[in-house]
Amino acid sequence: MNEQVGLRGRAWFKALTGSDTPNSGDPNSVLATTAAVENESSLFLCVVPDKNSRFPCVRDGQVGLEEAFTLATHVRAIIAEDRDKPREAKRPIIAIIDVKSQAYGRREETAGIFFAAATSADAYASARVAGHPVISLVAGQAFSGGFLTHGYQANRILAFDDAGIVIHAMHKEAAARITRRSVAELEKLGHEIAPMSYDVRDYAKLGLLCKLLHADDPQHPTSSEVAEVRKAITEAIADARNGKLDLSNRWESDAAKTTRRGTLAVRAALEAQWFNE
Amino acid sequence: MNAPTLIPDFVNRKSFIELDARVRAQSFFDEGTWRELVGPFDRIESPWLAKQGIAPQSDDGCIVIKGKIGGSPAVAIAFEGAFQGGSVGEVSGAKMTAALDLATKDSEAGRPTAAVLLLETGGVRLQEANLGLAAVAEIISSALALRQHAPVITIVAGTVGCFGGMSLVAGVSSYTIMTREARLGLNGPEVIEQESGIDEFDSSDRALIWAIHGGEQRVGMGLADSLVEDDANKIAAAVRDCVHKGVPEKHRTEQVELYRARIAAINTSHQIDPATLRQQWANTKGGVR
Repeated sequence: MNEQVGLRGRAWFKALTGSDTPNSGDPNSVLATTAAVENESSLFLCVVPDKNSRFPCVRDGQVGLEEAFTLATHVRAIIAEDRDKPREAKRPIIAIIDVKSQAYGRREETAGIFFAAATSADAYASARVAGHPVISLVAGQAFSGGFLTHGYQANRILAFDDAGIVIHAMHKEAAARITRRSVAELEKLGHEIAPMSYDVRDYAKLGLLCKLLHADDPQHPTSSEVAEVRKAITEAIADARNGKLDLSNRWESDAAKTTRRGTLAVRAALEAQWFNE
Repeated sequence: MNAPTLIPDFVNRKSFIELDARVRAQSFFDEGTWRELVGPFDRIESPWLAKQGIAPQSDDGCIVIKGKIGGSPAVAIAFEGAFQGGSVGEVSGAKMTAALDLATKDSEAGRPTAAVLLLETGGVRLQEANLGLAAVAEIISSALALRQHAPVITIVAGTVGCFGGMSLVAGVSSYTIMTREARLGLNGPEVIEQESGIDEFDSSDRALIWAIHGGEQRVGMGLADSLVEDDANKIAAAVRDCVHKGVPEKHRTEQVELYRARIAAINTSHQIDPATLRQQWANTKGGVR
């Protein structure tokens, strides 16, 4: 990880919305604005690093208390504004993701970061269930609680097929320590065991991803790459609108039929044994 | 009759924390109404552990019990802290999601079915990393779907605590029951010390850990609902209470503005004293729930 987290997120937020300044009243670490996708107004959200954050443990692009509650506020606002619209008119929500993790701090734990994160996950899931197409674009890193807070409740997830993209439960060094392995062993295991891999192409095999996109340098998108991504987002929105409101697409996808056989076996067995008196 | 006795109460108390996950999950169902689903004899194990030289368990550390609580249909899903730290893998995660989805289906069909989640878990199982993380996102989604129709009740009793992604599941629950011994938070003390240094969190400071993550503090702050003694009968009574109360009028995670304002009011120039914060929140608008 030789590049700073959040730069790719900011670059894509700017490329897709034309702006990258925070709203007054929001922390500098959250970018939120409405911009058009195929002539349709959409809410874009992104968490970026803020070197001057008053919470020291989020300064490198982690998702903390203020970030979680700010995301939840914006998502809840659009749900309320579009409450009476039919499903096809509910505005899309585009989460751009490039986050290091959740904040690992004592201030955060004391004030209940678990609950802040739950608030944001609830808001995103509620938007999806209300009929808003929720699309996540993984532009950089998507780690652990950071991803659960920002983006993992989406109907459809898009990511770049780039070595700088990391979607994972824990960064390599910590995962190696906790599972009592070396980083080299962990990398070797990742090649054999898809869910442990740090490679986004292996992540795609799990059936959780809607599409892999390409940009030569995701930190400096060209105008044709931006047009391609915009097209992919438009398709994902249409696909989400035609699909179910829950997350079943993730275990019913073609890739999941091979990689998530365990999930499908459990669902079938439990359904067969479920009873009512 | 009522003669003064020298035998203290705790001698006759049936500890809940000392029970394993399976017996915990059985303990609050009406007698003769429950059955375990997809139990050990179905032998649906983690497909990923053996490949790494780790012995799998034939229930994957997750127990599902269906039956009745106080006469109402309910399902309990319990994580066994003694197997891989109660971690969420593909199979254990799918068990919870599928059970929640079936309870939702029944609820939508006019049979409100409550779920009781016993969370003794460190969160995602790192040996199944991305499938564990995906499972947590799916569990959150399914818990949110069910709680529209029937209460989702989380119990954090001890001794593992409820950490990592699963703490978000506790966060979206309709009700959370804790004991004084229990701990609830996103990052465990060891993780904070490792990532942010010992000045940020000294993970050997047990008093500090319970002051921040402990049941008394979480209930006192309003981030959990009831503090119950480590007594199987009292916990069963608390569960029945929650089942009876049904769906709360407003869920905690829907009160974004209240909590956002509370965070905005925090002075972050130094570490926060847990007891002071608890007092402040109890005394601000909205109280502790």
